[in-house]
Amino acid sequence: MSKLTPAASLEAEAITSKERGQWALIARRFFRHRMAVASLIVFVLIVAFAFIGPLLWTWDYKIHPEIPPRVSPSLDHPFGTDQAGRDMLGAAMRATAQSLKVAFVVALGSTVIGAIVGAVAGYFRGWVDAVIMRITDILFVIPFLAIAAAIAGAIGTGTRWYHMAFILAIFGWLNTARAVRAEVLSLREKEFIEAARAAGGSSWHIITKHLIPNTTSVIIVSATLQIAFAILAESTLSFLGLGIQSPDTSLGLLIQAAQGFAFNEFWYLFYIPGAMVILIALTVNFVGDGLRDAMDPRQTMVRR
Amino acid sequence: MAVYIIRRILIMIPVLLGATVLAFVLVDVSNDPVQQKVFELQSSTGDEVPQSTIDAIESELYYDRSMPERYWLWLTGIGDTHGDIGLLQGEFGPSIDGPAVDISSDVGERFWVTLRLVIFASLASIGIAILTGVVSAVKQYSKVDYSLTFIGFLALAMPTFWFAVLMKEAAVQVNKGMGSNLFRTYGSGTTGFQGTGWEVFVDSLPFLIVPTIVLMLTGYASMARYQRAAMLEVMNSDYVRLARAKGVRNRTVMRRHALRTALIPVATFAPLSLTFAMGGSIVIEQIFGWRGLGAYSLEAILAGDTFAVMAYVLISGVVVLVGILISDLLYGVLDPRIRYE
Repeated sequence: MSKLTPAASLEAEAITSKERGQWALIARRFFRHRMAVASLIVFVLIVAFAFIGPLLWTWDYKIHPEIPPRVSPSLDHPFGTDQAGRDMLGAAMRATAQSLKVAFVVALGSTVIGAIVGAVAGYFRGWVDAVIMRITDILFVIPFLAIAAAIAGAIGTGTRWYHMAFILAIFGWLNTARAVRAEVLSLREKEFIEAARAAGGSSWHIITKHLIPNTTSVIIVSATLQIAFAILAESTLSFLGLGIQSPDTSLGLLIQAAQGFAFNEFWYLFYIPGAMVILIALTVNFVGDGLRDAMDPRQTMVRR
Repeated sequence: MAVYIIRRILIMIPVLLGATVLAFVLVDVSNDPVQQKVFELQSSTGDEVPQSTIDAIESELYYDRSMPERYWLWLTGIGDTHGDIGLLQGEFGPSIDGPAVDISSDVGERFWVTLRLVIFASLASIGIAILTGVVSAVKQYSKVDYSLTFIGFLALAMPTFWFAVLMKEAAVQVNKGMGSNLFRTYGSGTTGFQGTGWEVFVDSLPFLIVPTIVLMLTGYASMARYQRAAMLEVMNSDYVRLARAKGVRNRTVMRRHALRTALIPVATFAPLSLTFAMGGSIVIEQIFGWRGLGAYSLEAILAGDTFAVMAYVLISGVVVLVGILISDLLYGVLDPRIRYE
């Protein structure tokens, strides 16, 4: 029986838990949310499928004379081929990539606009707030799909993915702005903002250095929701023929081309792009939900 | 109450005006109906269109004016017009298809078709949202709650158009399998059907089923989340605990004490589901071949018909604002704490 030296026993009794920063805590809470973690993994896999896949796969999304048309899924063409002789795996990769590009740009653009506009409105209050809020009211009343379609239709045959991203970002920032404003309205009354103002901080400094960082959780969550919004809106417009135009492709276009096939032998042409849209929107929503739970300060570490 | 309603409506007018200005600018900038029409003429006759014809088209469509002037004319019709423009005088402006087509009569006819769909879908999705939200809350963290939540997320992620196509094809299969015509999947009513309003409505029911289900299921999910949260909040409140402590039966507590209060936020659903259904109607009408407003707006957009698009924007905006008004009033009816001075 060996006895511990006094020093060692002291060490053994010491509290060994490490100090955890805010982000470490959030990460821990997020990783407890099983559904959110699984969704994150699936989402990353989809992104890899869309952007790394084309580098590994033989066929691209274009029509090739060597590809036989209307082939059922096989080893050569895992997702089959369409009427015109396109390998659907290549097409699905390209379509997913295009839709994701739109979604990421919309999420980034509308989050930046929304965060700044929302913070400005909430911080200055008064007429600035009134004007900005009236603008969001107005945009709420305008039928989004019709106006987006009108703008997209005007670009006509030349519509590329960045056009779509731009159009969707015009409408996308609304919800972010509202959420950030609501948060800023309560934050601006806090002492640390008062202190920053007393120390001579300019409005711009307070907004960018104090207010926006403190609304990070709201901003991140609404950014994830923007991705889902953009994927659904982009594929809807493409389905109506007002989005990305062929020869380029997108998930909406693939579904449009396979409209009547849901219950015949070409069913995979209809379900694969549809499943892609659903999977992206679903996983992104779950990740957003997990992030919201993880960032909620009222949340305890215990899951009830 | 009447004063309150009037005040609310007065507040809505500038919002609606602002919406028309913004929509007009966006549509006008992104459209050139004159060029479109000249192009059509050129491809049908094969000859170069003479300048005099182009000028005539421009003047007919008011494209010889500046954009602000065009908006002014569109709104008021006061000024140098051909008498076919000016919203305040009941004219929606000239259509690109020439003077034979009257936008206001087209729109008036199609409005009822779309309204039928939108109202049915909104009511259905509000109903199912309340039901699933309450069940989810009462059985919190149970299997039922988790599955309902998952279905909700799935519905939220479902693109309306994809689900609509799927349901349409499924209905066709069911019809084939049963050898019946239970679900109608094309059109909004029997072609050329004549009758009184009620007969037309009864005739349109089989056509309504599938589109309503689609819009209901793609639109209810976010509202169900609200309902669940509201119900949970009420169930954790003191007065519900007090009612339980007094020994009131669980069912009675739920029905009388909790549900009544938890239904108040339902009022916020109304405009939400209306805007969603209005947006969805564009896609639904396209897929199910309805000749309603949604399909009309799409045709107008593709044809570059500025004034027709504006007519749609206006009507859709009014529908949304009416929804908001109704929800404000509902709040007052449902929540006794709210008073209208």
